[in-house]
Amino acid sequence: MAEQVTTRRPYVREVPKTHWFLRQPRYLRYMAREVTCVFIGAYAVFMLVAIARLAEGREAYDEFLRELASPAGIAFQLVILVFALYHTISWFNVTPKAMPVQLGESFVPGWIIVAAHYAGWIAVSIIILALAGAF
Amino acid sequence: MSERVVELEVLRYNPETDEAPHFQRYSVPCREEWVVLDALNHVKEALDPTLSYRWSCHMAVCGSCGMMINGEPKLACKSFLRDYRGVIRVEPLAHFPIERDLVTVIDDFVAKLARVKPYLIPKEVKPLEAGEYRQTPAELQRYKQFTLCINCMLCYAACPEYGLIPKFIGPAAISLAHRYNQDSRDGGRGERQEEIASAEGVWECSFTGACSEVCPEHVDPAAALQQVKIKSTIDWYLEHTMPWLNK
Amino acid sequence: METITADVAILGAGGAGLRAAIALAESAPALRIALISKVYPMRSHTCAAEGGAAGVIKADDSLEQHFNDTVGGGDWLCDQDAVDYLVQEAPRELIQLEHWGCPWSREPDGSVAVRPFGGMKKQRTWFAADKSGFHILHTLFQTSLQYPSIQRFDEYYATELLVDDGRCQGLTAIEMRSGQMRHFRSRAVIIAGGGAGRMFPFTTNGAIKTGDGMALAYRAGVPLKDMEFVQYHPTGLPSTGTLLTEACRGEGGVLLNRNGRRFLQDYGMGPETPLGKPVLKTMELGPRDRVSQAFWHEQQKGNMVATQWGDAMLLDMRHLGEKTINERLPLVRDMSISYMGVDPVTDPVPVRPVVHYMMGGIHTDIRAATPLAGLYAAGECACVSINGANRLGSNSLTELLVFGRRAAISAAEHLASGARPGNDAALEARAVEAQARVRELFQRTGGKETIAGLRKEMMHTLEQNAGIYRSGEGLAEACAKLADLRRRYAAIELHDKTNVYNTDLLQALELGSMLDCAEAVTVSALERRESRGAHQRLDFVERDDQGYLKHTLAHYQGSAAPRIDYLDVVITKSQPGVRDYSGDHP
Repeated sequence: MAEQVTTRRPYVREVPKTHWFLRQPRYLRYMAREVTCVFIGAYAVFMLVAIARLAEGREAYDEFLRELASPAGIAFQLVILVFALYHTISWFNVTPKAMPVQLGESFVPGWIIVAAHYAGWIAVSIIILALAGAF
Repeated sequence: MSERVVELEVLRYNPETDEAPHFQRYSVPCREEWVVLDALNHVKEALDPTLSYRWSCHMAVCGSCGMMINGEPKLACKSFLRDYRGVIRVEPLAHFPIERDLVTVIDDFVAKLARVKPYLIPKEVKPLEAGEYRQTPAELQRYKQFTLCINCMLCYAACPEYGLIPKFIGPAAISLAHRYNQDSRDGGRGERQEEIASAEGVWECSFTGACSEVCPEHVDPAAALQQVKIKSTIDWYLEHTMPWLNK
Repeated sequence: METITADVAILGAGGAGLRAAIALAESAPALRIALISKVYPMRSHTCAAEGGAAGVIKADDSLEQHFNDTVGGGDWLCDQDAVDYLVQEAPRELIQLEHWGCPWSREPDGSVAVRPFGGMKKQRTWFAADKSGFHILHTLFQTSLQYPSIQRFDEYYATELLVDDGRCQGLTAIEMRSGQMRHFRSRAVIIAGGGAGRMFPFTTNGAIKTGDGMALAYRAGVPLKDMEFVQYHPTGLPSTGTLLTEACRGEGGVLLNRNGRRFLQDYGMGPETPLGKPVLKTMELGPRDRVSQAFWHEQQKGNMVATQWGDAMLLDMRHLGEKTINERLPLVRDMSISYMGVDPVTDPVPVRPVVHYMMGGIHTDIRAATPLAGLYAAGECACVSINGANRLGSNSLTELLVFGRRAAISAAEHLASGARPGNDAALEARAVEAQARVRELFQRTGGKETIAGLRKEMMHTLEQNAGIYRSGEGLAEACAKLADLRRRYAAIELHDKTNVYNTDLLQALELGSMLDCAEAVTVSALERRESRGAHQRLDFVERDDQGYLKHTLAHYQGSAAPRIDYLDVVITKSQPGVRDYSGDHP
């Protein structure tokens, strides 16, 4: 056997750049979570449009509210709501990993940290609704 | 002795005889309590001595036998045949080049491990005669889970970032840096930050979380990486708003 | 052939090899160190050690007590000057590990904790949960990464030592990934290649423990010492043979026969101690040889539990409680559940004695030096002798550190003494011959023997005839069998004749190492006509200090059986006495 020349030929398995996430359920769940940001972004744009219409005056804003109440408008808001909820829930659920709270030798159970986030969310929602005159 | 015949589909590759990897089927008489590693050992002993793979301890502590089993990164010594039905597909660990059969080239991982300075850089130097550094059980708990990594690389096989962007330093290496950062005796975080708080380091991570899902030792590398991100972010703000503070 | 030059070549990157490399790198940064291992360092079998490492730190403990426990535990076959050195250096080495970051378990006040262990009168076993060896190995490996003078050669399988002019000046090794032979040229070699437990069918040892380092030294003319002393660890899993640490018993676990009786009290280790309150050095905390021997006797009486993998006894840890088990024995719980389907929190775990450790090995002196100039050895592959006829648990991890460092010091002294330069041509010629011997395996055709077949026969005869209890007849049969297997080994043909990562070749070479070591075991055992420590003869049941207070030396004789001679044991302070593990004496 020729021995100065190596017969090694490591084989590299290519990862398909466009459809790698179809290979495993956990990748699909991850992409679903990541895709929610598109919808969060869309809602942010939508909020900007709302503010712009408000600035244009009463009539423009009422027109905007009528568009919101239309079937297309309601469908749009429902879709966004679903993705926003998935976004929020999936991120809340992993917060204990990023912020472990150690008390003595043990760690605060993850569910408490998650629950604290939900509680905070509810509290902030109540405050905003109160400011908006909902109560 | 044979209580169940298991069909194994094993990915073979010999650079001297094969253009590309190909599957080979083996019918293996197995005992009920066996793991995939036991089946592979039977193949090598009785059916095909040319099969190459790494293994040693058979108790999930040496980290040698990481493989893809039915597409999932697993330790062959802890993959129980009782959990599988039908043909079991065995392939070398994903995201690493194949050297031969189930043996991968792990140079990249070994280099990255060394890069992050995974050794104690003591906060204060103490002579041996002065005895041990004091470390309370609570301080030990702060970093203990991150010491459990057996360097099996299942996390690298699961991580889609590493698969798509090979320059990513990766979960195990960064977790090991974090292990030392969290150790009360250590003062080397600043030195490690240069490597891990970088574009190739923790900022390449998009928190897929696959690494923690596959880790056989429950190290939770995803948690380590997110914790590093938070600390690095705080560092950045402090550095830019209060530069007079020491890191 | 590519030649790689270094000042010191270290063969084996487990606890001892890494410790030696670090010691050299720290004390002499200008030295080039080649750290050669057939596996990546973190795969070394040090990782599987669980219980801990012994070193005196408690106020009520003393070096003298550690010394006495070790010498008595070794049935007075230990070289007492070496044991003195071990117990003296131990605390310093363990603190050094702590300074390097080892996550030792702690007392509430932050000081290092110690636990009870078999055969030890005081608590002196430092531990890191039940993964002490794993943490020690990773601490050493990670620490070694900061020294640029340590150049690693991972997955290189050493085939021969190169000896010329009466000195060891290097070795040949196969780079596994390419199959190419490399000539390592160095002025000193340290062997830290581990034990050879894989020659037995039931063992805690991983696949890599095939005695290659021992065989290399043996074939180069260095005798193997005390090979007949093979330790059975009492608590291995019957299904896989893997280890449940002695710490299970240190924490209070008890051993029961099928009738629920703590049978050790019937074998000189009673009286029965209260459940969950183990008393050091008695009952379940007796030494490993005595506990394994008690199992054998109970088994003969039919008192063991029958499992599908053979007879077993029960290790009962239920009374420890879930909290203690999770905190101090998490790996044990995981392994019992995964591999036996038994949760120690709720049920007793079936266990049986399995081969665990070889007290014997490459003959070295107290400086870790072999009789061959330039060659040193440390760790399980070496026999100083610290462990004598039976090793106490937690002395081995300490031995890796103390003698790993000692070997490095000795190698550095050898280099500093300025040996005359080597003969390049002669060494190159020897390397080429070594390569030819390996290539010859590739060229054989029509092989009648298989690696797996010979290996099975070797394992069978050792299990039958060189187990916990031996007889002259059985040993003679084993010797004849092994001689025959070594002959037949020449008729093995490789199924895989390619070069890239050829594990068929690797297993063939490993089998050769095991056969040579196995023959040393059985011939040494046959010649020792007494019972001492782990070597128990049914035909010579008493210890014979008149005739056998000496070490066995097995000298390689090529295809013939080894020649045996003897070396006196160094006795300084402790005269041979009675090993008393009953609770009646303090």
